[in-house]
Amino acid sequence: MSFLIGENITCGYGGADILHGCTVGVDPGEIAVVVGPNGAGKSTAMKAMFGMLDLREGRVMLDDTDISTLAPQERVIHGMGFVPQNNNVFTSMTVEENLEMGAFIRRDNIADTMAQVFELFPVLRDKRSQPAGELSGGQRQQVAVGRALMTQPKILMLDEPTAGVSPIVMDELFDRIIEVARTGIAILMVEQNAKQALNIADKGFVLVQGRNAYTDTGAALLANAEVRRAFLGG
Amino acid sequence: MTQSYRNIMMFAGMAVLLAFVGFGQGWDISLLLLNMCIISAIMALGVNIQWGYAGLFSIGSMGFAALGGLAGVIVSAKPVSGAWQAGGLGVLGGLLATILTAALGVFVWRRLANQGRRQYLLTGIVVLIGFLVSRGLMGPAIAAIEEVDPAAAGYLGGMGLPIILSWAVGGLLAAGAAWVVGKVSLGLRSDYLAIATLGISEIIIFVLKFEDWLTRGVKNVTGLPRPVPYEVDLIASSAFQDWATSIGSNATAAASIVVKLCYAGLFSAVLLLVLYLSEIALRSPWGRMMRAIRDNETAAEAMGKNVKARHLQVFVLGSAVIGIAGAMLTTLDGQFTPTSYQPLRFTFLIWVMVIIGGSGNNWGAVLGGFVVWFFWIEAEPMGLWAINLITSGMSEDSALRLHLLDSAAYMRLLTMGLVLLLVLRFAPRGLIPEVKR
Amino acid sequence: MADILNALVIIANFIIVPGLAYGSQLALGALGVTLVFGVLRFSNIAHGETMAAGAMFTMLVTWWLQSMEMGFGPLPTALLALPFGTAAAMALCLATDKAVYGYYRRVKASPAIYIIVSVGVMFVYNGLIRFVVGPQDRVITDGQRFIMKARAFKKATGLNEGLAIKTSQAVSVGCAVLAVASLFWFLNRTRTGKSMRAYSDNEDLALLSGINPERVVLITWLITAALATLAGTLYGLDKSFRPFVYMQLLLPIFAAAIVGGFGSPLGAIAGGFVIAFSELTITFAYKRVLTYLLPDSMAPTTLVQLLSTDYKIAVSFAILVIVLLIKPTGMFGQRSS
Repeated sequence: MSFLIGENITCGYGGADILHGCTVGVDPGEIAVVVGPNGAGKSTAMKAMFGMLDLREGRVMLDDTDISTLAPQERVIHGMGFVPQNNNVFTSMTVEENLEMGAFIRRDNIADTMAQVFELFPVLRDKRSQPAGELSGGQRQQVAVGRALMTQPKILMLDEPTAGVSPIVMDELFDRIIEVARTGIAILMVEQNAKQALNIADKGFVLVQGRNAYTDTGAALLANAEVRRAFLGG
Repeated sequence: MTQSYRNIMMFAGMAVLLAFVGFGQGWDISLLLLNMCIISAIMALGVNIQWGYAGLFSIGSMGFAALGGLAGVIVSAKPVSGAWQAGGLGVLGGLLATILTAALGVFVWRRLANQGRRQYLLTGIVVLIGFLVSRGLMGPAIAAIEEVDPAAAGYLGGMGLPIILSWAVGGLLAAGAAWVVGKVSLGLRSDYLAIATLGISEIIIFVLKFEDWLTRGVKNVTGLPRPVPYEVDLIASSAFQDWATSIGSNATAAASIVVKLCYAGLFSAVLLLVLYLSEIALRSPWGRMMRAIRDNETAAEAMGKNVKARHLQVFVLGSAVIGIAGAMLTTLDGQFTPTSYQPLRFTFLIWVMVIIGGSGNNWGAVLGGFVVWFFWIEAEPMGLWAINLITSGMSEDSALRLHLLDSAAYMRLLTMGLVLLLVLRFAPRGLIPEVKR
Repeated sequence: MADILNALVIIANFIIVPGLAYGSQLALGALGVTLVFGVLRFSNIAHGETMAAGAMFTMLVTWWLQSMEMGFGPLPTALLALPFGTAAAMALCLATDKAVYGYYRRVKASPAIYIIVSVGVMFVYNGLIRFVVGPQDRVITDGQRFIMKARAFKKATGLNEGLAIKTSQAVSVGCAVLAVASLFWFLNRTRTGKSMRAYSDNEDLALLSGINPERVVLITWLITAALATLAGTLYGLDKSFRPFVYMQLLLPIFAAAIVGGFGSPLGAIAGGFVIAFSELTITFAYKRVLTYLLPDSMAPTTLVQLLSTDYKIAVSFAILVIVLLIKPTGMFGQRSS
């Protein structure tokens, strides 16, 4: 059983269900990627795992504990970090203040963690006193990820982190994500850029219309002819 | 109990309340209340047209009511001989200059859009020069006008026409002002629109208060003519005296009541006409489109509806109705008192009427107008009666009792506020909820 | 040379000193309004009455202190009463939030509903205040009235024109500086203050970060009540305490907040002074100043006044409307939706 797993999840936004018996999981130090066509339910799966949606069926387990009924803020306390797709930084506050707010639930000294984040994202150290709203798209994503890392989470969940950034920035972002995973944090990522994402993935989940279509390692999925034809443009 | 049965019962209840006051405090008071209720109902109708039909949150009804009253002056006040000769041309020139300045300013602003400081600077210069020119033209003209018979006049006067025409003119004047105001401010988000309309209506009142050449300012314009007979004339007529004694009363009392009944008749006619037209409009395709826009603006826009134009239409119509009511109020008062236009009484109180009556529903607005005005006025005597009752055990000059009696007048502010809060929380649809079609 | 100095003294006496005092009072009021808008996301029409309530509580305690022969030397006794007045105003605001605004937060009501609700609260506060102290004028200033008297100034400098500085004016500026400095320190250097800025900036992300919304709301009301009481009391000390005056101050305060940028504390302060000085400079009669500065042949015969003093408050209305129509985000605002 994976460290974090959402088992057989069926849920939706009120009317019809979007996910039908979907299962997604990740282990520490692993990068798990959820891909699929538009409307497949990728973001819904992410939100369900984080507690922003109620589950009609299924459950979410973290380190063998059932967290299905916990609110998002409580899941943060249990060691989950979430980087939303949009509006993921405090634009009027400086980079440093953003990181401080990320660590809000911690009452201990956060200086070491902040130093680690600056190690990981050196550009943030340079711009620590600048308002986050003045940074470029890629830099803002780094602030968003850094913010989530300030609670020293065991799992980091990212919702389409490379949406709207240029290919070079995307590569850089993915490099950083690999480094984060290397520190032992489990990474669960939803991505539109399926090919590049699967490239760095240890585990890949292909969702189609709310169900698991293919589940395998990233490399295997990339090599799979059907997957390539259907989702990766050959 | 079906809703329509309830509605009829509520209106009947209002009638009973008014009759109660008639018996308890005198028919004079009751009829005065009735007349004011009708005027308030029309104002509430105007606000409801803006809010209920189109979801426009404007708190500027005070300004449009005052403009209606101004129409009363312009249409029916006696012309002041010599005033026009003294300064009429200067004033007209100045007004023309102001309008030109405004137009030029807008033109320059738009032409220099996106040029940052230059835009502000050049527009500012144009406006400043225009302003100085207008003042140069108007200053001496105003001084000359105000010198013509300052005790009794000191202003331009009116056209000396029957005052009942001012009701229509008031509506038109308010509509014109609303068109200008709407054109510039309807694009604002709801709470910004509210603040902007509040500010604009305050500015309108300011101008009316201090431009003596137009309105005599704080000296007021009194003695405006009437659409109904004067009591003194009635009392003097022997035919009337005979009739009065024949119904067991005397000429003085009867005259006062008859005059008020005449007003009531006129006002009710206007109310029923406006209500009828509003209801027709609501049920028409136009009304359905307005409500569709109100309920989902983005969808309506996507379907090609010109939302801005529709909003402007509704804003103008609602303001026109408010203007008509304002003219009617000045007619009833027989005078134009710029200082009487306070936001509490003319804007916020009207909103209380709309909310309590039932926003989005014309009949609700009318009922709200009646109910809220009734209790606004009756709160003081009722409060005094209640306090007298409660403190009947205390000595005649106990400080607490005296203080309470003194403050009875302010009870109505408290009660009105509490009622509004309670209605908003527990009965937000009001007394007569909107009927979903 | 003396002419230039005389002209400067006139400007200082009639524009600069009153402008600084009035600007401080407006700034404090605007800060309260902008805080509520930034954090609680609605325009609080009842803020003028909140200022009146705070001033009233302070006045009552001041009377009590005065009746016990307690004073504050040359400074107004009202300053001693301020903490108590503030506490009472805080209680009032918190009770109102619990009874009224909290519900609408839970159901996520639209901004229009919030405004109508705050109108209801305004009615209630208005009625309560008049009920307790009545509508008449009250003077609450005591202690030394002037720090500098015009005559003394003229004697000391030998100039024709005098400069008078009232204690209440100096107190206004001093208190405002203290209050603003503390507020900025709180917002920028403390964890709680930063959490409030975060909540105001991005509510969803703030909740995600574990910031407790009810705590933020509580602190906002506490600060707003304190600012309102201070602003109301200072204004009452400077002029006099009349309940209905505070409703008239509502629009200039909103004007200040909007000119500066609704939601920005720095903007509220800048806006307060912009409005105050605009009101004074646009309605000032420059005749005497120009008489000093220009050669005798060019001395003006008219008052040289752009708008009559009657229009003083209309200036702030006009600025409010113009800013809303041209640049609703004001000088420092960023939020556009």
